[in-house]
Amino acid sequence: MGPLIPQEIIAEGWNFFIAFVVGVGFGFVLEQAGFSSSRKLAGVFYGYDTVVLKVFFTAAVTGMLGLLYFSLFDWIDLNLVWVNPTFLWSAIIGGIIMGAGFIIGGYCPGTSVCALSIGKIDAMVFFGGIFIGIFLFGEFYEIIKPLYMAEYLGNIKLSDVLGVSQGTLAFFVILVALGMFYVAEIAEKKFPRKEY
Amino acid sequence: MKTKYMNPYLAGVLLGLVLLSAFYFTGRGLGASGAVKSMVVTAVETVAPEHTADSGFYSKYAGDGKNPMKSWLVFEVLGVLVGGFLSGALAGRLKLKVEHHPNITSKKRLILAGIGGILFGYGSQLGRGCTSGSALTGMAVLSLAGFVTMMAIFGTAFALAYFFRRNWI
Repeated sequence: MGPLIPQEIIAEGWNFFIAFVVGVGFGFVLEQAGFSSSRKLAGVFYGYDTVVLKVFFTAAVTGMLGLLYFSLFDWIDLNLVWVNPTFLWSAIIGGIIMGAGFIIGGYCPGTSVCALSIGKIDAMVFFGGIFIGIFLFGEFYEIIKPLYMAEYLGNIKLSDVLGVSQGTLAFFVILVALGMFYVAEIAEKKFPRKEY
Repeated sequence: MKTKYMNPYLAGVLLGLVLLSAFYFTGRGLGASGAVKSMVVTAVETVAPEHTADSGFYSKYAGDGKNPMKSWLVFEVLGVLVGGFLSGALAGRLKLKVEHHPNITSKKRLILAGIGGILFGYGSQLGRGCTSGSALTGMAVLSLAGFVTMMAIFGTAFALAYFFRRNWI
């Protein structure tokens, strides 16, 4: 029963090997989907190419449903699956800064690694930018720390906040995703562009 | 539209399965910015070890025999590099170039990419993870932070799209 490494079902020594193999799959799928092109990625914000929305939400729904079914079949212990903690203000403001970075730079960190692996020079510069941005965060950490630590709500799930079961929330996330896919298909017909 | 890329819904399912396998093996999902953080901490530690020890941020990841490069995300991102390269090679997409809209010059594109990267890097630390680590992985585990960060990233990019339209359309 998973997760395998935290329960020492397979040895800790395999950890980095598995990380590498998972990463190869991650990078391969991103590139196959076209996430190595900033013009394709930015398309979602203008409606001419909504690949980001489709891949992102299909992947999130697949992962979410997979975890719930794995848990139902006792293949994975959800108590051992890490739920990232919520510090409300830093999640919102960090997200806003990342959103600005996305529309200005055309990549996010994972897609920039994927794009630079096939030779996109703009992705190499973006990656250098990430390095500088993290360095700036580290250098001026004490200034931002009050905001960084503010409004800590614990390792909380959205289903707990809404007071619904995880399955109910998952069902609504799927409905929202399907609604967005429908809008995305219409948008791509309305704003056709040649493919990059 | 004829496409040279994989069907996006199929790609999404495959990416979801990659994410699920990460959960199954390690109990944690995917990530990207964390690997760059390891690089930054290593660089600062190499140049000024006493500075990392003094810093409330760097000292969490370096010193006391800790090696920030021996992290799950560093090896995962090395895999992304190899996986992306393999896919690009198979599809005939390996080419050294600056990709940009004809409205703007290569130089302007590179400057914008640099600024975007700095913002994304800074935001990824404040937000405790980027699109993969916080938004995608967080949503899959139904984390409140995952949903909030996802909406903040995409909402902001949509809201600002109008002002940056000359660069893209």
